[in-house]
Amino acid sequence: MTTPVTPGRRRLLAGSAVLALALTAACSNSSGSGGSGSSAAALTGDCAKYQAYAGHSGTKVTMYASILSPESDSLEKSWSEFSSCTGIKIVYEGSNDFESQLPVRVSGGNAPDFAIIPQPGLLAQMVKTGKVVKPPQQTVDNESKWSPVWKTYGSVNGTFYAAPMSANMKSLVWYSPKAFKAAGYEVPKTWADLMALSDRMAKAGAAKPWCGGIGSGTATGWPATDWLEEVVLGSYGGDVYDQWVGHKVKFGDEKITTAMKTVADWMQNPAWVNGGFGDVKSIATTTFQDAGTPILSGKCAMLQQASFYRAQWPKGTNIGPDGDIFAFHLPAVNPQVSNPVEGGGEFLAAFADRPEVQAVQNYLSSSEWASSRVKVSQGWVSANQGVDKSLYTDPIDKLSAEALTDPAATFRFDGSDLMPAAVGSGAEWKALTAWFAEGQAIPKVAADIDAAWPQ
Amino acid sequence: MSDVRESEAPVAVAPVTTAKAVRKSFSSPIASALVIAVTVLWTIPTLGLLVTSLRPKEDVASSGWWEAFVHPDLGLGNYHAVLFEGGFGNSAGLLPFLVNSLAISVPATVFPLVLAAMAAYALAWVRFRGSDTVFFVIFALQVVPLQMALIPLLQLFSGGAHIGSVEIIPALDLKGTYAPVWLAHTMFALPLAIFLLHNFIAQLPRDLMEAAIVDGASHFKIFRSIVLPLCAPALASFAIFQFLWVWNDLLVALTFAGGTPEVAPMTARLAQMAGSTGQRWELLTAGAFLSLIVPLAVFFALQRYFVRGLLAGSVKG
Repeated sequence: MTTPVTPGRRRLLAGSAVLALALTAACSNSSGSGGSGSSAAALTGDCAKYQAYAGHSGTKVTMYASILSPESDSLEKSWSEFSSCTGIKIVYEGSNDFESQLPVRVSGGNAPDFAIIPQPGLLAQMVKTGKVVKPPQQTVDNESKWSPVWKTYGSVNGTFYAAPMSANMKSLVWYSPKAFKAAGYEVPKTWADLMALSDRMAKAGAAKPWCGGIGSGTATGWPATDWLEEVVLGSYGGDVYDQWVGHKVKFGDEKITTAMKTVADWMQNPAWVNGGFGDVKSIATTTFQDAGTPILSGKCAMLQQASFYRAQWPKGTNIGPDGDIFAFHLPAVNPQVSNPVEGGGEFLAAFADRPEVQAVQNYLSSSEWASSRVKVSQGWVSANQGVDKSLYTDPIDKLSAEALTDPAATFRFDGSDLMPAAVGSGAEWKALTAWFAEGQAIPKVAADIDAAWPQ
Repeated sequence: MSDVRESEAPVAVAPVTTAKAVRKSFSSPIASALVIAVTVLWTIPTLGLLVTSLRPKEDVASSGWWEAFVHPDLGLGNYHAVLFEGGFGNSAGLLPFLVNSLAISVPATVFPLVLAAMAAYALAWVRFRGSDTVFFVIFALQVVPLQMALIPLLQLFSGGAHIGSVEIIPALDLKGTYAPVWLAHTMFALPLAIFLLHNFIAQLPRDLMEAAIVDGASHFKIFRSIVLPLCAPALASFAIFQFLWVWNDLLVALTFAGGTPEVAPMTARLAQMAGSTGQRWELLTAGAFLSLIVPLAVFFALQRYFVRGLLAGSVKG
């Protein structure tokens, strides 16, 4: 027995068929206007400059990073105009657990569209999962505004994956221009001058020339790796540095042990350190955040620390070439090495290749975005040569930007971020901390680190 | 129903006498002094947290919280900043995250409770072949560490399950919803919940069940009218445990809620409140204190059952 189709029932069927048709029509219609319609409609007024990224209105991309508020607020502000003009919403998420959560999400099939990765080592690990998508041609072209070495740090096995977003400078020496002026000291231009100046300060006896601190919770030891990296880079130049980071030149090599000797003569010299804190051993127990405070009280003259140390000075400190605090570029140990700059940076890796994701990737690799970010707030530097230097309002930012974009500079990425994690954020930290805290012999320190290198 | 109430008396005899003994041993003056001393010691850090949360940033950075009693300069500035200042892609402060936390914790407590109570009853009172084996397997599942299951579970949610090319479970498009967090918490809670409730339910007197069966009650009727009312203390104490665990959880929420402001709980917001270099850590104390309020309210509301449930479980086992 077949079910009789009554007129009423038939009408209902026909009605639902019409409704379904109308729905599909509505859907295809809306997607049509979303795609071709808005790209045809030219963006006008303030939005005209975003024409190249138009045509993806109503879409959403997700971004995951380790940058938290308030820095992340500035980041979101820097692309808010782009978002409102193009209609691409960027959903930003910052997390303290970025380094451990990103691999979980990527291997769990829940990857964000973008991740801002600060360590080339983590980028390589992500590329190995096969989930990182190669950037569009426009992003690759934008890369020409950065010095070529940056491209290699955003590449894995010779393939370019992630464009750099920001850069920071580590080769800085913090000092007090007022104290220098009062004592008649000049900012040293060469390593020999720096050592002579340190000696002069130590003999004058008013303050020890150097202070330092390598304490940083579970990451204790990292500032010491920076000292060693700067001396290696400044003594032998980029090639030896690259070989060292790749373990072709071992820690036990004569070149590296000589560099360690140079560090020891500088930061382990009992007559020179640790101003305001005590003896050499106190370097291991002082936190890096506190290390510079004796400069303000006149108990210490200089601190070698990165540009981001700026945030540690108390509110109201006058930072500038004639102020209470300023910084100079750490000179090269070997004058033959041209302007060595050690630094760090962040790279934008994409896990999707939807058109709106590529549009955002192109925009964030452009000099226009970098300029927009510089305008939002201080404490952020790009090594993109297309950014107008006059946009930097903070003297430290300006100093860093000049060094980072200097075509003659020998820029190298922080070596401990490039080495395998077992060494770069493990054995090297521990061994160098023991070197400062227990005064271990250099050959033993070097052998300990080499032994931890993964085979 | 009244039958059930009357027959509750013999069940409760054992715990009452033990409870008396316990009460007696706790009422000696030495024990009281000890308990008071421990309580005071235990409360000092919380007091410190409260005082710190009321102090301005400069004071927090330069001196210990006890200095506040000598130089009182307390205010609600930190609480104002936490509750009403934006950040983390959200302009409305902490309240949306509080709502998210509730939206995660309440279902993630109710789901395992309902499922576990039914499973425990079935395993204890419905005789079927292999019920002991099933119970043993569930019990053994407790040894699987939660951390080990994170990535496979995430893969299951985002990609489904396949054997060869045959789809066993389709990819559930749950991204950006509470569902993955509920499911994950429910799964992780079930083994312990079934184990605890099974032990409790299996101890109910057989006479009760037999009387009900003679009266013609179905399994569902017995479960609803006899088992549930009798094991309320056990249910309540497990509910407290589970609620506190879910409320304080960060790992599961970060992994499954994706941390986006729409679904992230308070713990995720608290973890980032201090900022990239810890420059606003004075806000943490105020945020932590606010996140304490809800679990405290739950605990005080259910603590009557909590104590009773603990005693009932421990003495009978």
